[in-house]
Amino acid sequence: MAIAARTTAENRAERSPRGKRLSDTVARGPLHVFLIGLALLWLTPVVGLFVSSFRTVAAYSESGWWTALTNPRQLTLQPYLELVQNESLWTAVLNTVKISVPASLLVVMIAALAAYAFAHIEFKGRDWIFILVVALLVVPLQMALIPVARLFGLAGIFGTVTAAIVFHVAFGLPFAIFLLRNFFIGIPGDILEAARIDGASELQIFRRLMLPLGMPAIASLLIFQFIWTWNDLLVALVFAPGSSAPLNVYIRSQMRQYGTSIDIIAPGTFISMSVPLLVFFAFQRYFVQGILAGAVK
Amino acid sequence: MSVTSADVRARPERARTRRKPSAGGSKKWVAWAFLAPAAVIIGALIIYPTIDTIAQSFQNESRQFVGVDNYKAITESPRILTAIRNTFIWVVVAPALITGFGLIVAVLTERVSYTTAIRVVLFMPIAISGLAAGVLWRLTYEPDPERGALNVVIGSVVNLVGGPGAYPDATVLPEAPVQETSDGALAARSTVRPGESAEIGLVNVLDEEIPAGATQASEPQASGDSIPVVVWRDFKPGGGEPGVIEEGELGLPGAVVELTDASGEVVATQTTGPDGSVSFSGVGDGPFKAQIAASTFSPGFEGIEWLGSSLVTPALILAFFWMSVGFAVVIIGGGLSALPRDVLEAARVDGANEWQTFRLVTVPLMRPVIGVVFVTLTINVLKIFDLVYVLAPGASQDEANVIGVEMFRTAFSERNFGVGAAVAVLLFILVIPIMALNLRNFRRES
Repeated sequence: MAIAARTTAENRAERSPRGKRLSDTVARGPLHVFLIGLALLWLTPVVGLFVSSFRTVAAYSESGWWTALTNPRQLTLQPYLELVQNESLWTAVLNTVKISVPASLLVVMIAALAAYAFAHIEFKGRDWIFILVVALLVVPLQMALIPVARLFGLAGIFGTVTAAIVFHVAFGLPFAIFLLRNFFIGIPGDILEAARIDGASELQIFRRLMLPLGMPAIASLLIFQFIWTWNDLLVALVFAPGSSAPLNVYIRSQMRQYGTSIDIIAPGTFISMSVPLLVFFAFQRYFVQGILAGAVK
Repeated sequence: MSVTSADVRARPERARTRRKPSAGGSKKWVAWAFLAPAAVIIGALIIYPTIDTIAQSFQNESRQFVGVDNYKAITESPRILTAIRNTFIWVVVAPALITGFGLIVAVLTERVSYTTAIRVVLFMPIAISGLAAGVLWRLTYEPDPERGALNVVIGSVVNLVGGPGAYPDATVLPEAPVQETSDGALAARSTVRPGESAEIGLVNVLDEEIPAGATQASEPQASGDSIPVVVWRDFKPGGGEPGVIEEGELGLPGAVVELTDASGEVVATQTTGPDGSVSFSGVGDGPFKAQIAASTFSPGFEGIEWLGSSLVTPALILAFFWMSVGFAVVIIGGGLSALPRDVLEAARVDGANEWQTFRLVTVPLMRPVIGVVFVTLTINVLKIFDLVYVLAPGASQDEANVIGVEMFRTAFSERNFGVGAAVAVLLFILVIPIMALNLRNFRRES
């Protein structure tokens, strides 16, 4: 994105000497209208939910959310004040954290170990095993739900937070290994070779060289995994129902009485959305890098 | 780089002598030690279950072999067939639409100074869950024409062209000498000529529909070549006598009265005044028929049922479009900024216009990146679950069904593991071409 911004600046710099700048701006009127209109259009549903989360059920059934913009008396903290006392919601929020934090940390740790082996340790069959990882990238998780449900039943963890964590780790691994291996392979082998000659064990090289050098990719991946597991619905619906259910499952269960539960659904969804959005805006660069690396490589 | 630790440096001699003979044997052991956690988890929770699901798809609940019964059940279930049809629609429409639009927007955003800001706004929904997007769009698609954002926008445009009529619910009494025309107007049966009058009595007119200024209706008085027409409410407290204009029965202002000739062509139009009367003059000899135009009874825009069974899949695709365009814009935008500027400049110098440059230079150079975006979107569309599961209301869930949702419903809502596994295998078969493509690309690169 930084590069894109620079080239745009260059383009403008090239054009201005021709004295076309003003006429350019005028000619580009429709372009500006289109792009800014598009951006506003994209923001509207989010603003709509935000405003709706400060309205009562009565207001919801009476008028559209935008009427609150001209009539701010409709806005009330009531839905949030009621949410504060809603114990099942806070249990759900806590469950979401309990699932997404360990799941993302574990994926990154386990994948980093494997990615190091794929990138920098010679062993027989390495390329073939990595091709298997590439193949697994696209396996739909629906393909594993039934047998894993049985497996978790046998292990006695079905219906717990642990079940959701373990499943997330498994299905996060192929992408995580793929992404980290592609990054690690760009770290020059000379540095590692020097360390090996100096007598460092592979574990030491991994901890003291690979992890610090691979930090940009690891950070991207961590953010990705966190948002991915935080946003999950399907895995939790299957493996962590009831008292282990995370926020999304709780909100989904309220959708059955959409109209009358809007005072729970709207603020609840806003809470659920705000965490990944904050992470996204705080670490936007890593996020975009991760997407680019995952998609283009 | 201060990472090389002290203890690494402390024992150079021993390490050097140990390393050489062990390069082959123990390296393999070390590699597997690094791989082991991932290998165990992937083996137990992806590879084994994939094989087991394939086996399950040929078995019943108690895991007895049943041949292709589960697959036969798929072909016999209208709900699952709908899911397959919808997934097909999704795959054909969504990735192409999003990639194409994303390419255009990516190119356009490059030309303004606020490239990053626009791209971030478009990209933002990617951080939002399918569930949250479902809630956002449920709100946007609200069918009520007053409360749904999309319906309000469309309604305001529709009502500009033709708003609701003055008396949407009004009808005539069955015995009245009035008939409904094919286009919804109410016409007096008898014809009129200049010097004659017509009256049309309406019932089922709500008090709140009658404007405050409405006055007592009176018998039309024809004179000369004028044709007076009265529209009144043929009802008063207590009932009144049908077909007769009585004391206490109001004229209906705002009704659109038309005069039609023998061929049904409208020759004159007027809107009734406070006493419900109009008067046509100078229209010719006739004979004419007086009628109240259909627009008077138009209910206006009643809101589109976006999530009703007929529109639900397009509506879902639109929501997915909102979620995913940013992904296409950012990836393609990243590719654009890496394009060789001199090639584009050379094309412009050679006299290519913007469109030619875009079509003949930019698009071909961008083909690999466009391909990646398209394939990624295709796989996301094939696996889609939460947006469909959350956004489609219960009543249209069957009509909105896709394979990813159907697998969950069959296997876990209905506890039918055999058919559920068969649906999962179907989904797996659909991703195999993409898997093959990934593998080919990967092997070509390395």
